[in-house]
Amino acid sequence: MQEMEKAVITVVGQDAVGITARVCTLLADTNINILDISQTIVGGYFNMVTVVDITNATSDYNEISAKFDALGNEMGLKIRVQHTRIFDAMHRI
Amino acid sequence: MITRNEILETNRMIDDMNLDVRTITMGISLLDCADADIDKFNEKIYNKITTCAKDLVKVGDELAKKYGIPVVNKRISITPIAIAAAGCKTDSYVSIAQTLDKAAKEVGVNFIGGFSALVHKGYTQSDRKLIASIPEAMAVTERVCSSVNIGTSRNGINMDAVKEMGEIILKTAELTKDAECIGCAKLVVFCNAVEDNPFMAGAFHGVGEADCAINVGVSGPGVVKKALEEVRGADFETLCETVKRTAFKITRVGQMIAKEASEILNVPFGIIDLSLAPTPAVGDSIAEIFQEMGLAEPGAPGTTAALALLNDNVKKGGVMASSYVGGLSGAFIPVSEDHGMIEAAEKGALTLEKLEAMTCVCSVGLDMIAIPGDTPASTISGIIADEAAIGMVNNKTTAVRLIPVIGRKEGGHVEFGGLLGHAPVMPVNRYSCEDFIARGGRIPAPIHSFKN
Repeated sequence: MQEMEKAVITVVGQDAVGITARVCTLLADTNINILDISQTIVGGYFNMVTVVDITNATSDYNEISAKFDALGNEMGLKIRVQHTRIFDAMHRI
Repeated sequence: MITRNEILETNRMIDDMNLDVRTITMGISLLDCADADIDKFNEKIYNKITTCAKDLVKVGDELAKKYGIPVVNKRISITPIAIAAAGCKTDSYVSIAQTLDKAAKEVGVNFIGGFSALVHKGYTQSDRKLIASIPEAMAVTERVCSSVNIGTSRNGINMDAVKEMGEIILKTAELTKDAECIGCAKLVVFCNAVEDNPFMAGAFHGVGEADCAINVGVSGPGVVKKALEEVRGADFETLCETVKRTAFKITRVGQMIAKEASEILNVPFGIIDLSLAPTPAVGDSIAEIFQEMGLAEPGAPGTTAALALLNDNVKKGGVMASSYVGGLSGAFIPVSEDHGMIEAAEKGALTLEKLEAMTCVCSVGLDMIAIPGDTPASTISGIIADEAAIGMVNNKTTAVRLIPVIGRKEGGHVEFGGLLGHAPVMPVNRYSCEDFIARGGRIPAPIHSFKN
């Protein structure tokens, strides 16, 4: 079986209506499945961490990353897409 | 599944503590480029470098994007030119340096290291030509780095080379005096040089290495400093454990990037160099770590002990995190590249003599130190000899990268810019060692080198 390719999407910035909706729509449009999602707002700051399955994504990694960069710029947010391997490397032996 | 806190911890290290992969350095052997005709040799090395490294920068940038961590430098190290070019019938190797500079610019790397000679026991004709070419080569190129190994624990110290390098450093400074003597920032004199060092200016690709290899240098003094903030006032066991744990995490990221870069580029993975390498940025400083440990300034009594435990625990943590560790591995203490060291030197808290003591326990040696431009060549040679003696006797790599700033005296200032930073011109002991240096010949290997 093919190993699942996962990425972490972190969104940080001023809270506004529709951030989660826009992020999730973009994920759905590129056939990326959400595995875990958590979101908090501290002092008006929106903070979301999402683990997603990119195995069957319809765009390659660079395209996904570019799309989220564009969305971040449009909404004034910092959106980062990172392959989960960096977290596994650092925190799992 | 990875937890939210772990994700945020990693990203805090990247965003707030300057965690990065400092360099992906591709080592390339030029031994198969040998040719009696220097023009043909230049053509062959240009083609080999630009072919092997054509995707290096692209892959480095892609990995940075994929994992959301900066891969700051992409660099190349090559077979020491004094060996690779030994067959060339020519009087000067300056055109080779220019070819290397052109190749570096073509593939987009910011430095290429290996305009080097290994003369720890003696000179070949080629070594002599290379060393004589260094000042001009450093003046006419931008990205080429040069190094000369003048001693080893196994062979002793070539004092003829020590004498000559004092003169070469001064000449290099003279030829680049209109550019803050920058040539000397690209020139290192080593004892016990390592063959797989990915860091500049001392990188070269040793003759025992494969045709091509990927070596990665990780860094992260800011991460260590922040981790130590959490254990302020705790005992040394806690302090050391904290450094170890942090070094482990940092190195794991470097190992992952190195493995993946080597797979994508289809080049064998060489080593990870676990070095805490500062930059002039605030929060990316070894001096700040000393201050966090409880020293008012680097250079205060206790600094050597603090550096020793830092160096040792970076290695202990890092070794567990990587399959192959090599290079210089430890804590670098360049002066001009660390804002805290610069400030300490300006205040007089940090002196050349204290720095020399610190090099007994750091990963390399006297690094990026500006000295008065009227320092005699023999005094520079004396400093090189002292540093080499420390390396030789203690079985460690030591190096000297001094910048005699032509036209400036103690208390002056020099500005290199970028990662090389800036530095105050530090005082040098004014008593002469000229007669000592003038003796010439070799210092025999120390007794404990006979291990067979």
